[in-house]
Amino acid sequence: MSTLSVHDHGVVHHEEGHEHHHDTFLTKYVFSQDHKMIAKQFLITGITMAVIAMLLSILFRIQLAYPDKAFPLLETLLGRFAPEGRLDPEFYLSLVTIHGTIMVFFVLTAGLSGTFSNLLIPLQVGARDMASPFINMLSYWLFLTACVIMLSSFFVQKGPAGPGWTIYPPLSALPTAMKGSGMGMTLWLISMVCFVASSLMGGINYVSTVLNMRTKGMDLWKMPLTIWAFFLTAILGVLSFPVLVAGVVLLIFDRSFGTSFYLSDIVVNGQVMPFEGGSPILFQHLFWFLGHPEVYIVIMPAMGISSEIMSVNSRKPIFGYHAMVYSLIGITVLSFIVWGHHMFITGMNPFLGGVFMITTLIIAVPSAVKTFNWLATLWRGNIRFTPAMLFAIGMVSFFISGGLTGIFLGNAALDINLHDTYFVVAHFHLVMGSAAIFGMLAGVYHWFPKMFGKMMDEKLGYLHFWLTFIGAYLVFFPMHFMGLDGVPRRYYAFTEFASMQRWLSVNMFITWAAIMSACAQVAFLYNFVHSIFWGKKAIQNPWQANTLEWTTPVEHIHGNWPGEIPTVYRWPYDYSKPGAEEDFILQTTPFSQTMSSNLPHDFEDNPAGMEELSKWTSTQKANEEVK
Amino acid sequence: MAQIQQEDKINLNAKKFVMWIFIFTSFMLFAAFTSGFIVYSGGSGHGLSVILPSSFRYSTLVLIASSVTLFFASRAAKRLEFEKQQMLLWITIGLGISFLLLQVYGWYILAYKMQIYLVDPNATRSFVYVMTFAHLLHVIGGLIWLISALKGSINRIPQVKNLYRMEMTSIFWHFLDIIWIYLYVFLLLNQ
Repeated sequence: MSTLSVHDHGVVHHEEGHEHHHDTFLTKYVFSQDHKMIAKQFLITGITMAVIAMLLSILFRIQLAYPDKAFPLLETLLGRFAPEGRLDPEFYLSLVTIHGTIMVFFVLTAGLSGTFSNLLIPLQVGARDMASPFINMLSYWLFLTACVIMLSSFFVQKGPAGPGWTIYPPLSALPTAMKGSGMGMTLWLISMVCFVASSLMGGINYVSTVLNMRTKGMDLWKMPLTIWAFFLTAILGVLSFPVLVAGVVLLIFDRSFGTSFYLSDIVVNGQVMPFEGGSPILFQHLFWFLGHPEVYIVIMPAMGISSEIMSVNSRKPIFGYHAMVYSLIGITVLSFIVWGHHMFITGMNPFLGGVFMITTLIIAVPSAVKTFNWLATLWRGNIRFTPAMLFAIGMVSFFISGGLTGIFLGNAALDINLHDTYFVVAHFHLVMGSAAIFGMLAGVYHWFPKMFGKMMDEKLGYLHFWLTFIGAYLVFFPMHFMGLDGVPRRYYAFTEFASMQRWLSVNMFITWAAIMSACAQVAFLYNFVHSIFWGKKAIQNPWQANTLEWTTPVEHIHGNWPGEIPTVYRWPYDYSKPGAEEDFILQTTPFSQTMSSNLPHDFEDNPAGMEELSKWTSTQKANEEVK
Repeated sequence: MAQIQQEDKINLNAKKFVMWIFIFTSFMLFAAFTSGFIVYSGGSGHGLSVILPSSFRYSTLVLIASSVTLFFASRAAKRLEFEKQQMLLWITIGLGISFLLLQVYGWYILAYKMQIYLVDPNATRSFVYVMTFAHLLHVIGGLIWLISALKGSINRIPQVKNLYRMEMTSIFWHFLDIIWIYLYVFLLLNQ
């Protein structure tokens, strides 16, 4: 490195010139425009929101397990939301709504993409920063504003929004419909507008950075799968979030200006409302045109992160790199033409339902390709079970077990029975909830040394993994059976139905499993905070990985690399290449330095290299003969 | 130093690209409104059945004219004729503001002369207001870009930056022009 900075005085000087505005605490830690700091801000905000959303879920789990029992502690904690120690039914709906909203948008969209796209895109494609660092900073601060507004709704008289995270009208469009439709819903909408603006700013930056700012030699087919995943995720967001904005704008007009886009023939509290001619189904179309791509926005970064981690820790190239990329592209394209499968029971034309059913089931193909490739990557690998690796494998496990039920639900005929039951809850909590959060946790464990320059404790990591992994299955697996029996989701106390009372014991079991999993997160939180300050110092490349981020110094500097940005010569998955000296070859290592491990297919579009290779092999042969 | 300059240039390109992607997002917004319109009117059987006020026609012409003046302003900037660039930018801003006023006048005609209000059991009519309103917000954004380009030119910022601002402004303003024509034709076809 030192030689680089010596022969390139101009570069070093320029970097120093850039650093002067990074001196104060305010510009370094608060209004930072450095992508690495912004990534950490996103991560810590995301984790905070995740803990809050998890605690909300424990609250409503307690209600589900003990529908008839009073807990005086709840009244102490929640006041008017839990009169006499029992959760208020409308507050229960608010809890479900805010849990879903925070988890889907704030944790698994902003927390996941925001953290790892920001951290890894510039580092792995070899850029000094994002295309527009200022917009990037704005993106974080809008996200934080959205978080604060969303949480502030717990402090208004009627409580937070309650119509479910999908905010279907008419419930969400009539402020008087229920407690959760009032001020809380307004705050939800404001928060969401900030959130979408934040997401778009982030996404636009990611796309532009990946397409314009790759270092020398980094063509698209040399990008790590993480970058492919973040890139395609950002494209999804850029194309689908504006549609949500359109839907929400119309909803705001309905709520506040009295238009009738979504409303028709409504009576609230015996009073006939003036709305006429609107169509609530229109909102569902607009919402799910975002909503379905959204679930892929959640899962694709997790897929990319897991692919990378599994390859590094299996010490093997990822199986089927091209297939992995094409399947990601396939998922991206297909995700825009399947939204109707959320609306099978809205009275949709059965022919249209059939079309959506077919497109939905086709998604199983790229998903299966990915699953196969992950398993084939593990196959006979030299596996290192680091905590990150365990979480990545856990992600695959959840993706398989949750994905299988997706095939059930994608069938229009079956969906009539299963719609809005716990079967759906089980399905999406496994396939996008648990799988995505495991991908995120895998990423945290894996890139923690890059973010904080410290290592996380492995033993606590194992404890965290096993308790969470087992806990998540114990929580969500029994829900399949409840759903098959017709237990509806979002009900405050379905034990009121005699036929469903027998599920109460299962509910108690699930609640205790959920409490156990929640406690397991303490191991993570302790590990995370403790390691930031007192963790073992990390070395430059602790996992012996190939990608560019591990060529940067452990101490963060503005501009990422001292001196010139390294040039890339090869794809990122040269692990355990036969004939190589070590079991990994950095992307920055030219082929001329690894003659003993070069293979003919390394030079497919490179006749000069091919010639060198054949020259080298023939001299080797000649040498052998001499011996 | 040469390398740094090149890196900066790449960075400007990336920022221009940011504008292009923003245009995609904004296009998606209007596409969502128009497809919402189609889904709604298809599902409910409501048509617009309104003759759009003539001020929308004039505003279209004004907006097209502003695109033309902006094109010549860019050309003047490239030829280092800054006086001319500024004058043309002033004209473009003037035309932009007249577009704003004409749109608002169009709403006035719709509401007060034709008794077609935002709140209407036939939501296709509400759509007219929502679409023009959303477009108007974009136009205000475009005016801010125009003003920043004009300010840059008056303050004699370096030519690279001047051209960069002009180009960003042009991309966005021409897009606004095209999206308005799209919306207007869409509404005309449905009237």
